[in-house]
Order: sequence, then C-alpha cells, then structure tokens
Amino acid sequence: MSHPSGALSAQPIGAGSDLMLDLTDLNVYYGESHILRSVDMGVAPGKMVCLIGRNGVGKTTLLKTVMGLLPTRTGNIKLAGESIARKTSDQRARMGIGYVPQGREIIPRLTVKDNLLLGLEARPKGSKKSQDIPNEIFDLFPVLKTMLSRMGGDLSGGQQQQLAIARALMGNPRLLVLDEPTEGIQPSIILEIEAAVRRIIQTKGISVLLVEQHLHFVRQADWYYAMQKGGIVASGPTHELSQQVIQKFLAV
Amino acid sequence: MLESLLDGIFNGISIGSVLLLAALGLAIVFGLMGVINMAHGELMMLGAYTTFVVQNGFKALGAPWSDFYIFFALIAAFIVTALVGLLLERGVVRYLYGRPLETLLATWGVSLILQQFIRSVSWQFAAGVGVFCLLFFGALWLISRRPDFEQIRGKAIAIMLPLSGAISLVVSNLLGQTYKFAVTLPWFGTQGVDVTAPKWLRGGLPLGGYQLPYTRVFIIALTILCLFAVFWFLNRTVWGLRIRAVTQNRSMSACLGIPTQKVDALTFAIGSGLAGVAGCAVSLLGSVSSNTGQSYIVDTFMVVVIGGVGKLVGSIVAAATIGIISYVVGSNALAPLVEFSPFLQGLLEFFATASMAKVFVFALIVIFLQFRPAGLFPQKGRTVDA
Repeated sequence: MSHPSGALSAQPIGAGSDLMLDLTDLNVYYGESHILRSVDMGVAPGKMVCLIGRNGVGKTTLLKTVMGLLPTRTGNIKLAGESIARKTSDQRARMGIGYVPQGREIIPRLTVKDNLLLGLEARPKGSKKSQDIPNEIFDLFPVLKTMLSRMGGDLSGGQQQQLAIARALMGNPRLLVLDEPTEGIQPSIILEIEAAVRRIIQTKGISVLLVEQHLHFVRQADWYYAMQKGGIVASGPTHELSQQVIQKFLAV
Repeated sequence: MLESLLDGIFNGISIGSVLLLAALGLAIVFGLMGVINMAHGELMMLGAYTTFVVQNGFKALGAPWSDFYIFFALIAAFIVTALVGLLLERGVVRYLYGRPLETLLATWGVSLILQQFIRSVSWQFAAGVGVFCLLFFGALWLISRRPDFEQIRGKAIAIMLPLSGAISLVVSNLLGQTYKFAVTLPWFGTQGVDVTAPKWLRGGLPLGGYQLPYTRVFIIALTILCLFAVFWFLNRTVWGLRIRAVTQNRSMSACLGIPTQKVDALTFAIGSGLAGVAGCAVSLLGSVSSNTGQSYIVDTFMVVVIGGVGKLVGSIVAAATIGIISYVVGSNALAPLVEFSPFLQGLLEFFATASMAKVFVFALIVIFLQFRPAGLFPQKGRTVDA
C-alpha cells in the first residue's frame, strides 16, 4: 500500500506543540501481532477530528492506546504538550481526556445518577466536587433528567450512549474521545447525539477525536484521518472527502 | 414445642451471626473483588490474638478500664488486620489479579506463614524481622530517590538482601545469647490462649428454661452493626461508589479517573479489617490458637458461595440458614416430631453431633449447588471483571 502523497506530511490545523493530542510514531502490539504501525496524528484545540477506516484496521485500538488501556511499544503520546505515554488510564482521565468507549460501558448496576457522578472523578483534585449534576448536562440530553434513578443497565442503547457522553462531560475534559457513538442506534437519536456533540464543541471549545462510520456525522468533523492495516494512509479536511475515499474507507 | 422452636431459631441465628461476621469480610474480598483469599481465616486469627493482647494490656490498667477492653479490642483488631490485609494486597495479591489459581496458592502460603508466625514470634524473632525490614526497605527507599533507580534496582536488591539478612540474623542471635529466655520465649506459643469476656458479658438472659449467653447476644448485635456499617459505606459514601464501580467494570472505571489501585487496596483492607472484628468476636466463644482460622475458612466460603457471589443479602440469608440447619440437626431438635418412626429417629440421631451435622450441611450444599450453581441470589448480567 503506497501512501497517498501528502497524507502524512499534511499538518493538521495547527502545528507541533500547539496540538491538544499529538501521536508520534506510535507502535502497538497485541502480544506478538503488530496492530498499530507508526501512527502519526494530531488533534488541534477546539477541533473535531474523525478517524475512518473499515472494520478491524485498528481504530478502536488507537483510541484505547490514547486512553492507556493498551501499552505503547514505541512512540509518544502528548496531551497539550505533556507526554502521557507512561501514565495510567485514571491519570490520563484526570489530565482531561473524556472517553466514550465502543459499547458505551455504562456501569450496569449503578443508577444513572451514580453513573453521572462517577464522571466527576476526572476533575482535578483541587476543584470542589459538588454532588450536583450541572444543568447543561440536561440541556444537552434532556432524556437523562427523567431517568436519574433507573439502573444504567436498564437503559436503551441510545439512552446509554447519551449517558456515556454526559458522563464524560461531567469531568470537564479538554479532549473528548468518542468511539462509534452512533453504532447500533436508531437514526433519530443519531441526529440528537450529533447535534449535542456539535454544541459541546461550540460552547465548551473542547477538542474531539471521533471514530465514526456514519457519513453524515463524519462530515461534521474538521479533519479526517483514514486508517488501513494499522497505519494512517490518508488525511485531509473533511470537506475535501472524495467519493473515492469514502467508498474505500467507510463501511457503507 | 414453641419454646424449643424459639431455642432452635435463636441458637441457629447465633451460630449464623458468627458465620456471617466471619463471612462479611470475605463477601467483600471474594464476593465483590473476586479475590480468593485463603488467608482470610488467619486474618480472623490475628484479630483474635490482637484482642488477647489488648485484654492483657487493659488488665494491667486496672478496674474501670478492664471492663471495657472489648471495645478498644474491636477497633485495634480492625486496624491491625486491615493493615496486614493492606500489606497482603500491595505485596502479593495485586500482582495476581485475574489469576484465581495463583491467588489461591499464594494466599494459602501466606496463611501458613501467618500461622507459624503466631506460634514462633518472640522478642528475638520480632527484633530480627524488624532489623531486616529496616535495613532492606530503608536501603531500597534511599536508593529509590536516586535518578538511576531503575537501572541499579536489581543489583541493589542482590546486595542488600543477603546483607540485611545476615545482619538481622546476627542481631537476633546476639540478643538471644545476651538475654536468653527473656527474649527467646514465644509470645503466644503453640498452646491456645484464652480471652475472658468482660464481667458484664458473662452470664445470660433467662428465656424460659434456657439462658441466652450475653456473649452470643453481643455477637448478634455486633454482626448487625457491622452489616449496617458495610451497607452504609458501600451505598452512601464516595469511596463506596468507587468500589461498586470498580468491581463492576474495572477498565471503564479507570478511564473515568477512578484510582483503581487505591480502590483495590482500600477494599481489601476493609474486608480484612472485618475479618479482624470477626476474630475478636470469635475469641469470646472459646480459646484461640494458631489454627483458629482454619476452622472458619471453609464455612465462610460456603456462606459467600451459597448466598451468591457479589450479593451481601445472599450472604445474610445463607449464614442464617446454615446456622439454623446445623443447630437443628446437631442438637436433634426435630426428634420429638418423628417419634412415630424409629427409622427416622435413628437417622436424626446419627447426624446429631456437631461434626455429623456439618457433614449433613455440606451434603445439602453439594445438592443445592447442583440446582443453583450461582447461589441463592445470582448476579444478573455480567460478573465481576478480572
């Protein structure tokens, strides 16, 4: 596979040390199998970056590595200029990464309220931890307000997805990492989630790293990276996404 | 008839409350965390010995104090065993998460070490261990402040281990030769030690033709108190919420910013501390020896397994049920009901000793688990992550 010209050299909106998230020459293994092959990518502050690619090319692995769930063999991960490659997942969360994993991972036998309160854990130690859920969460996801005392595991897929995003936002993250937030969710709720993510970026100015298959959502992003066989093979602004690239990298 | 029924229920609950108190810590360590801690019984034993030490200390203080030593002993037992549990988690168990077989073997080894420790600990022994820890870990701490710690770590351990071992051996031998018997005499020895209940716990509450021993009433009250405390801690505090989150989904909890290692250590320490409280209670019932823990470990695991791993309510019901069945069978309380059939009478007679009642209960448990392998209150959905 030859790299399309300019794919790796293209500077993604903002250079070097200004990036919110900066991955350089990242290599990750599952045991002996080489999953991520020298990945370079970046997410600029306040921007939304979308990672596309067919199933099994390593998108989720990349996000898990950013979150510290998988160890990096070589290469570096920087959050706002600070290296986090040796930090544990909980340290990374407290440094400002909000993670919404594939399959949502709502804690099943805790109430919706408790699930939301767990989001507060990511706030830095000094900041006062109030036990209230800010109203902006319910402005974004009104459905959660009526469900506070329900068990997390009893919610529908779409509600769980909204809860997962709300939970990540409770920690006031600088970077929001979303892994296929529209997977297996009915179309009307996909639009709601899309609108919510757009509002989050506009109002809070946080950066978003998104893995997505849903084309409409992909187009909301500022920049895309396309993955194949564990490496980045193309990137560019999403408004330049050609039909060819879409057909090649999106499982539509 | 009613009286013997009441008697059966009270004695059963009384046996069950000891079981439950012993199992409560395990319900947290094994039930919530999924760690098979074979040293749980020995933590109880340590709690019982702590009670013995506190009792002797308060005896020396004199009249008004020695009556209330038990409350201080409860606190001391909790703290001592929680610290030992913390050490066990940080030193052994945390390296073995997700590997139940290795955990079982390692904690079993720890249980043997603790038993032998109690038998042979003397001033000489304690001084030796103290000197060793001071030298070895002190040196490691000094070295760990150097920037090149990672590189020289292996070498440092290779040098410091035999060196501090030799020094501590020499020191303890010198001590032994200088002070002779005064320092070589074991603190507790292999014989059992006796804790005497404070005055106000002796005697009993008359109930019909029977007496309810105050110690039993005390243990039932203590069990209820511990249950409420655990329930409150798990459901009403921030750390409780963290523990519940981590036990249900460890990796996601970490991704939310919960310090999972601290949560593990704390959970294990609390479970161990409860074992210490149970040990304190058990010491009121009979003499305590280094083998005390062994006689409880199987029963406590049974309670947790029958109740349904991860469910505190299940443990309560299971402990009460096992307690009542063993008492009713062991004391042959059902004999008057089957006077019509000599065969049934003979059968009940056969099981009417403490050890045969245990056989009967375990046989019932084996049959029960054939039909309900997940226990009385099975966990719905996904189980605890490794």
